[in-house]
Amino acid sequence: MADPMRIRAQLKGDTTEVRVLMAHVMETGQRKDAAGATIPAHYIQNVSATHNGKSVLSAYFGPAVSQNPVMNFSFKGGAKGDKVVITWTDNKGDKRTDETAIA
Amino acid sequence: MQRRVVIKTGGSLAMIAAAISAGVLPQSAFASWNKNAFDAKNLNDVVKAMGGSTAEKSGDIAITAPDIAENGAVVPIAVASKLANTESIAILVEKNPSSLAAQFDIPGGTEANVGTRVKMGQSSNVHAVVKAGGKYYVATKEVKVTLGGCGG
Amino acid sequence: MKYKFATFVVAIATLPAASMLGAQQDAQKEIERYRQLLADGNPAELVEMRGEALWKEKRGPKNASLEQCDLGLGAGKLEGAYAQLPRYFADVDRVMDAESRIVHCQIALQGFSKDELSKRPYSLTQGERQTDHEALTAYVVGLSRGAKVALPQAHPKEKESYLRGEKMFFFKGGPYDFACATCHGVDGQRIRLQDLPNFQKADNAQRAFTTWPAYRVSQGAVRTMQWRLYDCFRQQRFPELAFLSPASVDLITYMGVKAQGGTMDSPAIKR
Repeated sequence: MADPMRIRAQLKGDTTEVRVLMAHVMETGQRKDAAGATIPAHYIQNVSATHNGKSVLSAYFGPAVSQNPVMNFSFKGGAKGDKVVITWTDNKGDKRTDETAIA
Repeated sequence: MQRRVVIKTGGSLAMIAAAISAGVLPQSAFASWNKNAFDAKNLNDVVKAMGGSTAEKSGDIAITAPDIAENGAVVPIAVASKLANTESIAILVEKNPSSLAAQFDIPGGTEANVGTRVKMGQSSNVHAVVKAGGKYYVATKEVKVTLGGCGG
Repeated sequence: MKYKFATFVVAIATLPAASMLGAQQDAQKEIERYRQLLADGNPAELVEMRGEALWKEKRGPKNASLEQCDLGLGAGKLEGAYAQLPRYFADVDRVMDAESRIVHCQIALQGFSKDELSKRPYSLTQGERQTDHEALTAYVVGLSRGAKVALPQAHPKEKESYLRGEKMFFFKGGPYDFACATCHGVDGQRIRLQDLPNFQKADNAQRAFTTWPAYRVSQGAVRTMQWRLYDCFRQQRFPELAFLSPASVDLITYMGVKAQGGTMDSPAIKR
């Protein structure tokens, strides 16, 4: 099972700043292993973020996003204590959902 | 935008699928991973795969990235758009095997300012493609890497 | 890919001499900016989280957590403990660094064997999940962020450890007739674009000691201080530095004492 994400959501004025760290290998499918065999691509494709159930961001990644992806964005309308929920799915169908309260 | 219209008018998934296969709606109108865009090899092909024709240069898009990245495996890129009605932001690395690295759909209420980190196989132009008001715009910045990020 | 770097260096080298220094300084400034851009959003936090969960989980033949582990400040007191290690531990009558002590606790509290814990302390290839050892170490060092480096040197064995470490630091050997001091005992040394710390200067020593363990972006992994020294030995073509060996602990004591007063900021993020 995938390791948990690290989500930080901070209210600054009327804007909630969100930073997400995701634990993922983000294998490109271009690398070869020691035996010369291509290591199959394995990477996050979709990331969705919701605030109180409403979508605040949809992201689509290719294999060129760095290992252990970092994502920053911000939205208006959040309040302290509100939940921000992030879900990612990868090209093998693995999935992970985590949430945090806005601080 | 089209998706909302379809949902409001009570379109079923089958109807939507039928509309796509009939070529009525472009695939990019739907919130899903756009394989054609991620397979595209250059800026123009990415824009086409997203449903546009060309991208117009814009000074209202700011790319924050280092001029020189110590390691191409991790190059921080942030894009901010001042264009009205920014709907999506895409980050492209021109010289990567496939250009498109990441795309972000920006709903109303979300700032047109996103950041992530990308791999760069070699020094290259980085493009930020913004869709705003149904049109496509682009800004470009060169990033040099001292150590390529795809081989290790 | 090293090839690419060579091209870059050649490009700089062929600039007219007058502008060469300027170009190098500009490059250095931009690399500094790159490092700052990376600093917010260190994937090491993911490894720290896993380490914390592991630390608190009942595991091993004794089905116990590590919560009662004594890292030198008392059982279960983790905050700031890393900044005061290596130090003398009466229960084992020797000086231990943080990683030795964590392994000691896994043996004493959880009943693991030293052999199984030493078999694969570091994750090997890029993309491999971090080892338990790396995760636990990342968690422990993270709890010393902001703490001042303050290695105790009152016990005779702590002093001896420092002196042996110093000797080793200057010991020349191997096919290249190298010492740690060859690269880390003089100013202005670098590998690629990384400035190497000169351990004879407190600010250099502090900058180095307080930023290990670190997340290495080139390896996509948190690397520990034991690994750092293991890899230095490899680069010097020295015999393999055994995990948790007295030699490794003494060298860490030496570096830590040289870095006294520095502020811990680890796990850091590095190229």
